[in-house]
Amino acid sequence: MHYESPVREPLITGDKSYHDITVDVAKPIETNAPRSWWIALSISLIAFLWGVGCILYTIGTGIGTWGLNRTVNWAWDITNFVWWVGIGHAGTLISAVLLLFRQKWRMSINRSAEAMTIFAVVQAALFPGIHMGRIWLAYFVFPIPNQFGSLWVNFNSPLLWDVFAISTYFSVSLVFWYVGLIPDFAMLRDRAIRPVQKHIYSILSFGWGGKAKHWQRFEEVSLVLAGLATPLVLSVHTIVSMDFATSVIPGWHTTIFPPYFVAGAIFSGFAMVQTLLIIMRKMFKMEDYITIQHIEMMNIIIMVTGSIVGIAYITELFMAWYSGVEYEQYAFLNRATGPYWWAYWSMMTCNVFSPQFMWFKKLRTSIMFTFIISIVVNIGMWFERFVIIVTSLHRDYLPSSWTMFSPSFVDIGIFIGTIGFFFVLFLLYARSFPVIAQAELKTILKSSGENYKKLQEQDHGKH
Amino acid sequence: MANTNKSVISALYNDDDVMLKSIKPLRENGFKIREAYTPFPIHGLDHELGLARTRIAITAFIYGALGLSVAIALTYYTMIIDWPQNIGGKPSFSFGQNVPAFVPIMFELTVFFAAHLMVWTYFVRNGMYPGRKAMNPDPRTTDDMFMLEIEYDGDDSELRSLLKDTGAVEINIVDQSTDEPSDSEEEVLEETV
Repeated sequence: MHYESPVREPLITGDKSYHDITVDVAKPIETNAPRSWWIALSISLIAFLWGVGCILYTIGTGIGTWGLNRTVNWAWDITNFVWWVGIGHAGTLISAVLLLFRQKWRMSINRSAEAMTIFAVVQAALFPGIHMGRIWLAYFVFPIPNQFGSLWVNFNSPLLWDVFAISTYFSVSLVFWYVGLIPDFAMLRDRAIRPVQKHIYSILSFGWGGKAKHWQRFEEVSLVLAGLATPLVLSVHTIVSMDFATSVIPGWHTTIFPPYFVAGAIFSGFAMVQTLLIIMRKMFKMEDYITIQHIEMMNIIIMVTGSIVGIAYITELFMAWYSGVEYEQYAFLNRATGPYWWAYWSMMTCNVFSPQFMWFKKLRTSIMFTFIISIVVNIGMWFERFVIIVTSLHRDYLPSSWTMFSPSFVDIGIFIGTIGFFFVLFLLYARSFPVIAQAELKTILKSSGENYKKLQEQDHGKH
Repeated sequence: MANTNKSVISALYNDDDVMLKSIKPLRENGFKIREAYTPFPIHGLDHELGLARTRIAITAFIYGALGLSVAIALTYYTMIIDWPQNIGGKPSFSFGQNVPAFVPIMFELTVFFAAHLMVWTYFVRNGMYPGRKAMNPDPRTTDDMFMLEIEYDGDDSELRSLLKDTGAVEINIVDQSTDEPSDSEEEVLEETV
């Protein structure tokens, strides 16, 4: 009934029972935080507050505080926006796409990956908001007549599609995450001893009791949400890429952008999941649930998507030459050999070269190496967006307006601030939410738990 | 109350397979299983209990269709009827010629409506809302215990022996506070535990 081939490695190591899973998942919430958590939170909080200061300065003074100029009128803000949205994609990929493919190894990482999605999209959404300059007029992006007269938003514009895509993506990810969280909040509620804690988890768990009919609906809702989230996540980065692809700027105006952006998003997202989970499993001793096998699986995805991204880079170069369009050819020559050559070659090294190490089993099962590569990949993916955006803009059709871009301290401050904000949210989440989808994980204990697999094998030997 | 002379017993199991296997003999002996509380979804439990398939996916489809209609109405009204504009030499006077540009909006709103309204339906049908009192009678059923609530008439000895045979580890009378006579009944029955 709970049979799984002995060829497959156990997904839950250590001799766990159902109760052990409950205890282990509740432990970070019920015990005091380790010192490392406080140190990480303090650093993130300082970075976050620095970012808040820079955002307030931008809103108070204007976009002139950034390093933008007439030629390069989009730079770090949109780079950071695309980077953060891309990072978010891995969470949905793990929770939705791997659910549709019935990949059981998703179960101990999907909760945290989805949390990462939501927190990353929060960071992403900040950038278009503050780049508006007059953020108090942000309601202009909603489909209401401007100034409540008769002029509407322009539904032909990819920037408006982005508004719809990002808000749908954020809100659907949030409810998907929450529907899955409810049974786990109920578990925390039923264990809580302190009245305040019990009260909070009681509110959050919506009265969940694990009735048979409710579980039946739960599974159906999860499946349908996964089915909806899968095309949704692909649509989001597709639409983000259309912000560029529908323009007439050389280096942007290409049909390869949607699949290329989506692959890059998954690539960078999985790298961020690795960064976070390697820290989390150590900090909260989750090694029995987030095993080397999980890390290896994600490394394989990083390797595959990294190679797709590499092929996309090469295709872009080929198409620039093959198109015979002088401007397109120059844009790519300028990327590789112009004043921003260092950004281009950082991107190539980090994104195309570094994931190829994952072909070696020894390297992709090494935690330290994975951690380093995960950071390298995210640096590379940040450079990818910077290269696409800045190198295409800084030398446009009119050579007299060619210029360079250099970020001001405000640009840098806001970017560091969002990294701080992201980690603040994630660290707070890790101490107050069930970081592993324990209800779901219990369903595979008997088929993929180490002790149960041993029993199966003994059973099998008898016959 | 619909049926005042029905009493309810709750049986706790410490294993999902044991609980699942006990349902068939119980139902074959004419006992009605009122509810099952489990810490995680158990494959095949709804089938064993004879629950009908959920129709929540059908509602999601209807909500999605509604979202698509809203998107069509919104883009058609704002871009074609109310304020048609000539953008980049591409005038928006006909919906047919402009519809490709509205496909992303249509897709997003379809997903938005389907996902959110389905989740609202899920909460409403389950009777779940923030702060609702926990629906499981025993807090252990969100950890590692599995509970069946079984209805019976009159004497419970047959049911009790059947439950013990199927591997229940704990058997309790459910105090149906809405049922007035259950007080005296409960005391008598508890002596036999």
